[in-house]
Amino acid sequence: MRRIISVLMENEPGALSRVVGLFSQRNYNIDSLTVAPTEDQSLSRLTLTTTGDERRIEQITKHLNKLVDVVKLVDLTEGAHIERELMLIKVKAAGAQRAEVTRTTEIFRGQVVDLTNSVFSIQLTGTSDKLDAFITALGESIVLEVARTGVSGISRGEKVLTL
Amino acid sequence: MDQLSGGEALIRALHDEGVDIIFGYPGGAVLHIYDAIFNQDKIEHILVRHEQAATHAADGYARGTGKPGVVLVTSGPGATNAITGIATAYMDSIPMVVISGQVESRLIGSDGFQETDMVGVSRPVVKHSFMVQNAADIPLIVKKAFHIATTGRPGPVVIDIPKDVTDPKVKFDYAYPADIKMRSYAVPAKGHSGQIKKAVDVLMAAKRPMIYAGGGVIQGEGAELLTELTRELGFPITNTLMGLGAYPASDKQFVGMLGMHGTYEANMSMHYCDALLAIGVRFDDRVTNSDVTKFCPDATILHVDIDPASISKTVSADVPIVGSVISVLEEMLAQVKASKQKVDEKSLKVWWDQIAQWREKDSLGVTPSEDGITIKPQEVIQAVYAITKGDAYVSSDVGQHQMFAAQYYGFDKPRRWINSGGLGTMGFGFPAAMGIQFAFPDAISVCVTGEGSFQMNLQELATCMQYQLPIKIICLNNRALGMVKQWQDMQYGGRHSHSTYAESLPDFIKLAESYGHVGIRIENKSELNAKLEEAFALKDRLVFVDVLVDPEEHVYPMAIKGGAMKDMILSKSERT
Ligand SMILES: Cc1ncc(C[n+]2csc(CCOP(=O)(O)OP(=O)(O)O)c2C)c(N)n1
Ligand SMILES: [Mg+2]
Repeated sequence: MRRIISVLMENEPGALSRVVGLFSQRNYNIDSLTVAPTEDQSLSRLTLTTTGDERRIEQITKHLNKLVDVVKLVDLTEGAHIERELMLIKVKAAGAQRAEVTRTTEIFRGQVVDLTNSVFSIQLTGTSDKLDAFITALGESIVLEVARTGVSGISRGEKVLTL
Repeated sequence: MDQLSGGEALIRALHDEGVDIIFGYPGGAVLHIYDAIFNQDKIEHILVRHEQAATHAADGYARGTGKPGVVLVTSGPGATNAITGIATAYMDSIPMVVISGQVESRLIGSDGFQETDMVGVSRPVVKHSFMVQNAADIPLIVKKAFHIATTGRPGPVVIDIPKDVTDPKVKFDYAYPADIKMRSYAVPAKGHSGQIKKAVDVLMAAKRPMIYAGGGVIQGEGAELLTELTRELGFPITNTLMGLGAYPASDKQFVGMLGMHGTYEANMSMHYCDALLAIGVRFDDRVTNSDVTKFCPDATILHVDIDPASISKTVSADVPIVGSVISVLEEMLAQVKASKQKVDEKSLKVWWDQIAQWREKDSLGVTPSEDGITIKPQEVIQAVYAITKGDAYVSSDVGQHQMFAAQYYGFDKPRRWINSGGLGTMGFGFPAAMGIQFAFPDAISVCVTGEGSFQMNLQELATCMQYQLPIKIICLNNRALGMVKQWQDMQYGGRHSHSTYAESLPDFIKLAESYGHVGIRIENKSELNAKLEEAFALKDRLVFVDVLVDPEEHVYPMAIKGGAMKDMILSKSERT
């Protein structure tokens, strides 16, 4: 099962490498990873997606919690949550293709953020599934470059991940 | 407030932390620190002959005393030489603080002379690590390092210090923090009472109960309470290789060590029990025999550990209890005593009768050699046990001799059996025995080794001469990497690929003598006792006892690969 785990950790050198190292060392996989400081500059928030059965996820969260830099974590997929990923995508857009690409972008509520005579750069946010669907809709043959941020997420309702 | 440099502050902080001995080896990046050591007399520094030995000596000291071992090494090769010892301590959860020098801050990342990314290299084998950026941070970092190394599930912590940070010209106001709180590091609290109650209910209802205790009980200072609880319940108990001494081996409730080379009765009791109280253990594959689906098929499993990640890692626990062994055992004992429901004595009697039958197999019985001359390795351990009255500290290396020592030296007290169980590091035993001798100058520090393992850290004979350490080295010399050879006999048609070297062994007697020590060779069974007595009578000398033992001997019982715990090879001709 796919899981989204958000980790609050000390914003200190070495902290990120310990988290990433844990995954490779214990043979867990990371599908995506995003990290940045929070409003409290002494803390970073790291969000990663991974897959595994119940038992494996339990081990992952236990081992993450054991890392001295990790202050707190939550498995967002355990409850209602919002997940978003940002994608910047560059596609071939010449002649008749331009209208086609523009229409698809509008349907997906994306924005063309840069263009030349033959290329569009488009920005799109949404769940990872939506981003995948957009690429499929455009047709892979016109895709020149994709930059995705990886998933970030937050719980729905009043639940918060803070100290 | 004193004005101190980083180097001085480091040594002062160690002293303020209660450290009185460190094991180390100097080099460029730590010269400022060594100068600070020269100028004081509170902390004794032991000069080893290889950084790996420094870590093992500190580790042995920690295992023997329960206090953290401290190591000081230089950057680059000094640091990398320490890695094996750090990994050894990590696998067995031993508290240790390793201080490594680093190149100057301005050179970091430039492939400077003797630069190694120590924090990076050590990352998978430490509990935590620090890179010091300012001299003024040293007191707090040292405080944190010791706090992390010694609390919760203990483990090694590395402090990497760039040379400029210890510069004697840069001084700051030194103060050692009295207390420390880290928001990201919490030590598990007491075990959950409700969970303990559930466990006690299971134990009281059990017909075939079993207690399985490991190194965590020793690390957590829980041996006394465990003994009290076990006696109160009247249940059979087994110890892991790491847990030997957690329960007295000479007691009638003790069924011996379990696992790959455990006794027949211990492994059978494990397999057939219906309730298993597992304390301070981690269901290692050397215990469960790799296929966990066949492990204790009928048992309700109660698992007590301070590390939540240890619980249900390989074997699912029915009643998990996270907490320090002391807190859990105290409460469990109180609940057992207060419980209305009493132990099922009738079933327990039937269970003990069954165990008595298994015991009759005498799986550790030793058959003396037919010629009456050849010495069996087991006989050597039995003789050492008799001569030392079971009261020695026994450090061991890794191989057949290690298993013989574990099987035949009955440990009645915790912290007496010093061995690398998790990593299985050849070369561990001798330096660990040094750490023990420094911690307990008047005790008998025995190192049971093999001629293979000993050659991995024999340079420490020089350290032992310098500090006059009267260690007794008992080398079970089978002229082979015996454990490897045993596997080759059993699984590779007797093809001894690179496991023998009889023609190129050194003369260990001359070797010991060349370092100024005493060497004694024993070749004939008739002289075994007398010569061992002679060795132990030399109270203030290191004696290397080279005992030529039967090279054909195998360690039994031995678990059958892929089987359940009840599946064992009992001798060259018998299986379960
Ligand atoms: C550093 C290291 N290298 C290799 C091994 C694999 N190994 C395990 S036991 C053993 C043989 C040990 O030989 P010896 O010390 O003579 O002990 P014996 O088994 O003969 O009693 C070897 C090579 C190990 N445990 N550690
Ligand atoms: Mg050998």
